[in-house]
Amino acid sequence: MEDEQSFSDICGGRLALQRRFYSPSCLEFCLSCPRITLRSLTAVTCTVWLAAYGLFTLCENTMILSAAIFITLLGLLGYLHFVKIDHETLLIIDSLGIQMTSSYASGKESTTFIEMGQVNDVVINEAIYMQKVIYYLCILLKDPVEPHGISQVVPLFQSAKPRLDCLIEVYRSCQDILAHQKATSTSPEGGDKIISASNRRSHSGMGAYWHRQEDKR
Amino acid sequence: MGLVSRGAAEAGRGAASAVDRPGPPDAVPNPTPTPPAEGADPGSSRSPGMVLKAFFPTCCASADSGLLVGRWVPEQSSAVVLAVVHFPFIPIQVKELLAQVQQASQVGVTVLGTWCHRRQEPEESLGHFLEGLGAIFSHRPWFQLCRERGSKSWSCKATHWQGPASPAASGEDQVMLIFYDQRKVLLSQLHPPTALPDRQAGDTTASAGGLAAVFDTVARSEALFQSDRFDEGPVRLSHWQSEGMEASILVELAKWAAGPVCLFLACLLSLISAASACRVFKLWPLSFIWSKLSTCEQLRHRLEQLTLIFSTRKAESPAQLMRKANMLVSVLLDVALGLMLLSWLHRKDLIGQLADALIPVADRVAEELQHLLQWLMGAPAGLKMNRALDQVLGRFFLYHIHLWISYIHLMSPFIERILWHVGLSACLGLTVALSILSDIIALLTFHIYCFYVYGARLYCLKIHGLSSLWRLFRGKKWNVLRQRVDSCSYDLDQLFIGTLLFTILVFLLPTTALYYLVFTLLRLLVVAVQGLIHLLVDLINSLPLYSLGLRLCRPYRLAAGVKFRVLEHETGRPLRLLMQVSIACILPCSSKGLREPG
Repeated sequence: MEDEQSFSDICGGRLALQRRFYSPSCLEFCLSCPRITLRSLTAVTCTVWLAAYGLFTLCENTMILSAAIFITLLGLLGYLHFVKIDHETLLIIDSLGIQMTSSYASGKESTTFIEMGQVNDVVINEAIYMQKVIYYLCILLKDPVEPHGISQVVPLFQSAKPRLDCLIEVYRSCQDILAHQKATSTSPEGGDKIISASNRRSHSGMGAYWHRQEDKR
Repeated sequence: MGLVSRGAAEAGRGAASAVDRPGPPDAVPNPTPTPPAEGADPGSSRSPGMVLKAFFPTCCASADSGLLVGRWVPEQSSAVVLAVVHFPFIPIQVKELLAQVQQASQVGVTVLGTWCHRRQEPEESLGHFLEGLGAIFSHRPWFQLCRERGSKSWSCKATHWQGPASPAASGEDQVMLIFYDQRKVLLSQLHPPTALPDRQAGDTTASAGGLAAVFDTVARSEALFQSDRFDEGPVRLSHWQSEGMEASILVELAKWAAGPVCLFLACLLSLISAASACRVFKLWPLSFIWSKLSTCEQLRHRLEQLTLIFSTRKAESPAQLMRKANMLVSVLLDVALGLMLLSWLHRKDLIGQLADALIPVADRVAEELQHLLQWLMGAPAGLKMNRALDQVLGRFFLYHIHLWISYIHLMSPFIERILWHVGLSACLGLTVALSILSDIIALLTFHIYCFYVYGARLYCLKIHGLSSLWRLFRGKKWNVLRQRVDSCSYDLDQLFIGTLLFTILVFLLPTTALYYLVFTLLRLLVVAVQGLIHLLVDLINSLPLYSLGLRLCRPYRLAAGVKFRVLEHETGRPLRLLMQVSIACILPCSSKGLREPG
């Protein structure tokens, strides 16, 4: 089941949080960042072309204009492929791990997967960002040397930067799943192989079972 | 292949699907004969609501019905399915095959459950038949996967048999299906490095946690993947087929010959290293020269790399293998480029032209330097220099240049021979040729280096003197014991002479500073040229071409992790995930990057 809510990020832009509930042990959050606006695109293009035209009137060389066009195109492509993130997804699977995916505007996706065995906890931290103090959600990783120590902090939703209300939603669901996972993992496993001999059927031994195929390949 | 069928429960069609069973999930219908009297397992304390994971290979998703064969990892509560055994089969033969595989690969391969790929409506009899199979191949938990042919609906069920005391309490767990591609997982080598040979048989991957255990299982079961599906063996399996034996005789010969060749080359290289490490070369003048020449540095580096490549020890981890392969490719590329350079030089007979052009160039450089010095001795840039000091320094440097030119003219008959030998050294690689070029530039501009040293020393002395006398002028002194400036009372004659010397040094400062500046700039120019050459050499040394090639041709070898994708999900059906291997950027090449300052 799916539901969508709208929040805002630290600068006031609109964000959309989509939550998909696949099963009690698997949850996906998809946070969409504000799109690139026509106004900003036009502003940048006009600036670059005006500057190029200004240079052209000084130098009388038409290569400057072609170069400006190339720079604009390549810059836009590079920005869409490397910089502009469209949406960020967080997938939590109970006994497997946590996966973060960032999808760029050009379709490129970059994924990081952290196994559940390495995850210590998911918390909301405060940080000083430029001139603001913001909240961010992060995953604390276990230290292999010290069992209760923290070796690394992995921040989530870094380019969307949602506000606290959105983070609390995500945090609650993550904690539900983590608590459930901790509860089930502390119980001793019952996966021992069966030692006792099973009772063979009356037609024991060399009987072969065959199953008439419904269709031949 | 099919033997006589007996058995009360087969001859049915279709299979009982878990979805069609009415009632609470923990009510398991009894099979037709008495329920299997399992010995009561006191250690079974399953927590309710635990989710089991079943790793299922994508190639078996369209296979016919049969038994699931694989390994159960209790610590992760996950089952890794490696293959599907098709009907008909004889249980004894299946067990024999599994025992063989277990011995060959040391992976605890067992029958995990049943797989049913049906088309029509299920029938109860086959359900009992499958339950009966669960009695023969006893494994807890017993998985029953089922798929409707032609649709995407899967169902799976994992049952735990309880003792006869509580027949209704055997429960079912939720199962999560994770599809994986056997070929990619095997080839991506994400599993931990192979266990030491002296470990016991049986399962030893207690230390491999999480998904590494899955990869390890798949990787070590390669013996299972080598059996072909067209083999007329007693048991029919369905899994990914490995490539089997190498068919090309050349490749086999190459592999067989690689051992002795490596041994021979390793011996040769060790001889060379021993010869170069002998005591003669450690004497002071020689060791000083070796440390200054970048050619020796490069040769030593290459020798180290070759020793590592041809060492008879196998690489322990994929990262080391990658490093060795990168080094080998860079050495080969180096030699190829060197040979190309050599052929180009010889084709155009450039060596003779170079040798002819070298002396006039050296003369020209000396002439320019002389002009520069004449300019400095006059009124450079309108500054007024101290005439006497100017003349002394200028004449001193001019004499130096004269010496240098005579030396160059003395060497001129041998230049061509030397250059020819240098060109021959390009066989060893382009990097060696470039290092020799850098050394030749250093040798040819040795006089500039000398001038820089003189100018720097003079300037340094002057600055030290000035600072000390300035302190005296202010009535202070440097306390060496306390490493600070203290006040001091000087005598009158000390002050008088000190001030006089200070004045002299101050007025001579512009001259010395100008000479220092000019020669430092010249030296910087030479250093910049040498630095560019060294940069090129380092680039050739450390570019990871093998990794780049792998990234283009076989990206799965550079796997850095996995990613999961949730497949179409319907309520009531188990959760299905697809596990894919994600590719990293180029592995960081850990061979020697920038050379140490020589």
